[in-house]
Amino acid sequence: MEATIEVTGLRKRFGRTVALDGMTFRVPPGRVTGFVGPNGAGKSTTMRVILGLDAPDEGRALVGGVPYRSLEEPLTRVGALLDAGALQPSRTGRDHLLWLAHSQGLGAARVDEVIGLVGLGGTARRRAGGYSLGMRQRLGIAAALLGDPPVLMLDEPFNGLDPDGIVWIRGLLRSLAAEGRAVLVSSHLMSELEGTAGQLVVAGRGRVVADMGVAELIEAASHDRVTIRTTARSRAMETLAGAGATVAVTGGDTVTASGPPAERVVELLTGGGVPFSEVTAHRATLEEAYMELTRDAVEFRADGAGR
Amino acid sequence: MSPAAGFARTLRAEWTKFRTVRGWVLGTVVAALLVPLLAAVSAAGSHASCDRNGVETACPEPPLGPDGRAVHDKFFFVHRTLDGDGSITVRLTSMSGIITYPPPDHDEIVPGLVPWAKAGVIVKASMEPGSSYAAVMATGEHGVRMQHDYTGDVAGRPGGAPRWLRLTRAGETLTGYESADGRQWAEVAAVRLPDLPAEVEIGMFAASPGDLTVKQADLGGLIEQMRFTETTAVFDQVKVEGAAPGAWRHTDVSPTPGTNPGEVHHPGSAVESGGTFTVVGSGDIAPVGTDGGMAVELTLTGILFALVVVVVVAVLFVTAEYRRGLVRVTLAASPRRGRVLAAKALVIGGVVFAAGLAASAVAMPVGKHLLRGNGNHVLPVPALTEVRVIAGVAALLAVSAVLALALGTLFRRSAAAVVTALALILLPHVLATASVLPVELSLWLLRITPAAAFAVQQSIPEYPQVVDFYVPQGGYYPLPPWAGLGVLCCYAALALALAVVRLNRRDA
Repeated sequence: MEATIEVTGLRKRFGRTVALDGMTFRVPPGRVTGFVGPNGAGKSTTMRVILGLDAPDEGRALVGGVPYRSLEEPLTRVGALLDAGALQPSRTGRDHLLWLAHSQGLGAARVDEVIGLVGLGGTARRRAGGYSLGMRQRLGIAAALLGDPPVLMLDEPFNGLDPDGIVWIRGLLRSLAAEGRAVLVSSHLMSELEGTAGQLVVAGRGRVVADMGVAELIEAASHDRVTIRTTARSRAMETLAGAGATVAVTGGDTVTASGPPAERVVELLTGGGVPFSEVTAHRATLEEAYMELTRDAVEFRADGAGR
Repeated sequence: MSPAAGFARTLRAEWTKFRTVRGWVLGTVVAALLVPLLAAVSAAGSHASCDRNGVETACPEPPLGPDGRAVHDKFFFVHRTLDGDGSITVRLTSMSGIITYPPPDHDEIVPGLVPWAKAGVIVKASMEPGSSYAAVMATGEHGVRMQHDYTGDVAGRPGGAPRWLRLTRAGETLTGYESADGRQWAEVAAVRLPDLPAEVEIGMFAASPGDLTVKQADLGGLIEQMRFTETTAVFDQVKVEGAAPGAWRHTDVSPTPGTNPGEVHHPGSAVESGGTFTVVGSGDIAPVGTDGGMAVELTLTGILFALVVVVVVAVLFVTAEYRRGLVRVTLAASPRRGRVLAAKALVIGGVVFAAGLAASAVAMPVGKHLLRGNGNHVLPVPALTEVRVIAGVAALLAVSAVLALALGTLFRRSAAAVVTALALILLPHVLATASVLPVELSLWLLRITPAAAFAVQQSIPEYPQVVDFYVPQGGYYPLPPWAGLGVLCCYAALALALAVVRLNRRDA
């Protein structure tokens, strides 16, 4: 099976609320794809549609080229963590994994393997109702890994994890992708994905607002803004404006120019004999790039985050 | 992978789910323990004894018929011993009787016959009460009948005396005939009595069951009254063929002991004068109903409490998943939703059936033993009937659990599903058997609601040839045992089908 997720033109309404409005993207194998966007952007709904739990009004979602609901032993094809709280509190973590394993024709040996893999250890034999959110996330990830699937889909896996846990999961996700798996990870905080995701699908108001590599995204958000520290503020402004840049005063001895890249700015100032002590090319952070992209897409709703 | 293998995996997963939640396992065990526990408690509190001339003694127990059931075998018998094949032919010239102190005023003895007053000819294996027999007879209101071994009853032509009657024995086959004039004979029926010895008692008899009336009590409930009646039958043209030497003997079969030792209460009698026999008798040759003792299913009343626990466990088996969103994990692991529900139904049904079977298989013998030890008369029934009651009660619990599971899937809410399940299964039964509703309404409730399934525990059947008060309070259900269970199965199947449709149509 090809390790991909393909989502094409998904539309879905819950009553009068539009949850998905033409959501389209592809998750390729071999890298971590971040699925980001504010609450209510349609990330969780999209994941439920991919897993065949919710039916879209329009469009389709394919896993390895086929609809999820047609899969035999689906957990050996797609591992998913939707909600770490989806547990029977009186059942132990190990027993939770055991019934899942039995549903796929797997045995207890594989259960103990994934328990070791996520570092749950002896906790697995305690009732899941007493687990911290972090332990539940680990149990959920163990469930996703149970069938050793080529496609993984995790909804907000960083929630509730301590710093150690976040470091652990980032490493885990990278190594899973390095093994050639397609990994889709959603988050509403871009910073969590920094350094982990190679590809980003940014969702807003039920559709994809950007789908690109992380480097590209930062590039696009930086807009070639350059900050110049100079004692000759007005001469610098004249020189740069004359070359077609948009210039603004941003401090007592700083101006910001947008348009020409930093190298051109240095060239212009040197050529014009304008003294300067510092030229800084401004690089946006992933977070800033994301904020800019989703500024229009954020929906503030009195009724909370919706579904 | 074959669908069967896929289903086997889903089934195994659901079984693992069930057994790994301690509360559900414990609930099932408690439900199972409740049945023998309540059987023991209620039996320990049931004492029966009879007063005999001022002395407390064990109550007399009715004789047992050839199939082991308790029977009435009380009549007046004019008889001879017949060796081998033979026959008896008589003309029943008249049949009359009395009914003592009937309503409305209960102040006089009136002439008349109760509907099942009986007089005719009979072949009986021995004088032992409860022994095998066949008889052809005229009745008060039900025409000519051929009856045998207490439960067998075949209708002949309507009408009463005068009437010619004939009964022949050929080996183990007994054939009854009737005739209006003694020339044109019609066969009523032929029956086989495999246990009939070579020597039998052959002759004329008269019997008359008590007159039963039921009236509304002032404070709800009903009052049953039974009054003494008597039949006087006159026979002539009596002819016995075969080896039946000697004179006619007169026997009051199973006489009722009187107040003083040696005395008989309302004795029967027979007078012979010039070939005419006048036989006076009371009593009945018929099976005993639930008023004659305790039915075995009375040891299983604990299933009502077990049912409540079982319904709660079955509902939680599915609603707990909805409550925590676990159902999404389940359906992601097994995307064929109908298969998941079928597996769940099979697991809860199987678990409850096994628990119910163990519970009632223990409760019934324990309860019977304790009841008998306390002097109660437990009506014996054939072993197969006991097996049916035990397995039927287990099936009732199991199918109820499946219905509750389906309701849980439909409502996705525990409380609503539990309340609906109990309102469907338990409430109609409680209302119908608690003497709070008119009898007709009670009977309809037990025909059309899932509570009809309680019929499966009825061990003493309703006999058309016995006048009794066949009502739910007395342990009689309007539907046959398996038909009643079938009604519950229909409800469960319908709810399960709706649940599958809903599960497939709605987002998880």
